[in-house]
Amino acid sequence: MNPFQGKMNISVKDCNLYYGDFHALKNINIEIPEKKVTAFIGPSGCGKSTFLKTLNRMNDLVEDCRIEGEYKIGDVDIYAKDTDINMLRKNVGMVFQKPNPFPMSIYDNIAFAPRTFGITKKSELDEIVELSLRRASIWDEVKDRLKKSALGMSGGQQQRLCIARSLAADPQILLMDEPTSALDPISTGKIEELMDELKKDLTIVIVTHNMQQAARIADKTAFFLLGELVEYDDTDVIFTSPKDEKTERYITGRFG
Amino acid sequence: MKNLNSAGNGNRKLFFALRIFCTVALGVSLLCLLAVVAYVLINGVTKISGDLLFGDYSVSPSILPAIIGTLQLVGISILIAVPIGVASAIFLVEYTNNKGRLMRVIQVATETLAGIPSIVYGLFGYLIFVVAFGWGYSMLGGGITLAIMILPTIVRSTQESLVAVQGGLREGAYALGASKVRTIFKIVLPSAAGGIVTAIILAIGRVVSESAVLILTIGMVVKDIPASLMSPGTSLALDIYYFASHGYPDEAAATAVVLLVFVICLNLLAGALGKIIKKSTGETK
Repeated sequence: MNPFQGKMNISVKDCNLYYGDFHALKNINIEIPEKKVTAFIGPSGCGKSTFLKTLNRMNDLVEDCRIEGEYKIGDVDIYAKDTDINMLRKNVGMVFQKPNPFPMSIYDNIAFAPRTFGITKKSELDEIVELSLRRASIWDEVKDRLKKSALGMSGGQQQRLCIARSLAADPQILLMDEPTSALDPISTGKIEELMDELKKDLTIVIVTHNMQQAARIADKTAFFLLGELVEYDDTDVIFTSPKDEKTERYITGRFG
Repeated sequence: MKNLNSAGNGNRKLFFALRIFCTVALGVSLLCLLAVVAYVLINGVTKISGDLLFGDYSVSPSILPAIIGTLQLVGISILIAVPIGVASAIFLVEYTNNKGRLMRVIQVATETLAGIPSIVYGLFGYLIFVVAFGWGYSMLGGGITLAIMILPTIVRSTQESLVAVQGGLREGAYALGASKVRTIFKIVLPSAAGGIVTAIILAIGRVVSESAVLILTIGMVVKDIPASLMSPGTSLALDIYYFASHGYPDEAAATAVVLLVFVICLNLLAGALGKIIKKSTGETK
């Protein structure tokens, strides 16, 4: 059974995270609404990527990483002892900064997650592959070379392939860790359009260095600084009338 | 202020001398290699005959027992060393995160083992299998000793191939909900397969060329095809030693050609297989 089915809002209370002795995240409290794009902004090293990775427990892979606090997706506690981490990650997909297609065919890349969760029938897989590639609006570009290696694609295509690969797991939430920072403006534009389309069906959380990007695509924006969540509000509020002086100084480019 | 261009020019003579030296050094290396290969071929090729390759030793000297023996030794040692070596490397890289104290101990151990002269492995095999187990000289004892000898190399090269797999691929698989085992078998191992196969073939090359270990463990019985794995026997490399030291220089030269061709083929195979695997996993553009 999938306890996360249909649960798309995230609620975090009193999150503290330590790498060894280093206190990397301090008392983070945030409610991320469903079917919206939420952006995390802030200078390098402020903890925004670290926090993003706690949402699908990728921080479990980091040694010496200790975390406290209450994490809920819908009403499911994702740090409970009996949480099925693989099921969590199936439902909370992740797209990384650097496109990371597997060294296999485009088809096999997309079919990886469905196969992981036991779908082996070819007709079913074919359907998922086509649907996922269509949702990532890359189907027309690759439909004639599904059996070709994914590594032969351009960087922008690879990133959209990785998005399609995540979508093939049928996630409820999609985490994106600076997904366009390695891409040219045209590819970036395509991915931003894509996010606008995808948020009809799922919740998107994106970490970005690019404030214009946050302003363009995000419904909500959270500003992180030195491991703290300084301000979190509707994007237009953050960018036009921030309540905290630090937020204002950052968005006007005066530090960071 | 010092002129940077003239400073560079001042060193030009030195660079030129260095370049000449490197060119000469390369020439000498190539010459040595060519001389050995040419010498072996010129002396040996004409001495190869059907009788030598496949004849009956009771009629005239034959390397058929050595060919069969070599294949047996390769089979035994690879069957033992590859599963153990690859599994050890997977454990080291994927489960201990390639660092920590255990890792360092094993690192030093494998490096030391890889550097031990093969005669020491031979002595070990002799004392254990021939004497302590009471097997006498046997192909099995020799094969196991060879397996122990190539194990560190296989562990090390597999480890390097695994470490070379981009971390992003593992993260990508975990982020899709794949378990550790699935990530290792479907993503990491296929990506590292080219390097692992190359390591195995180079290990076969070492088995084929080894002689010191075998003198002490399989007994150099050149005349008979081993009846079973518990029988004594010989290998191509041992036959060269035997022929050369027992007054058969022509046969020694011919055997050397066979061995040389075998090793060259193995190396070509290693390169080709590596490329094919890379292509099938899509690593080339």
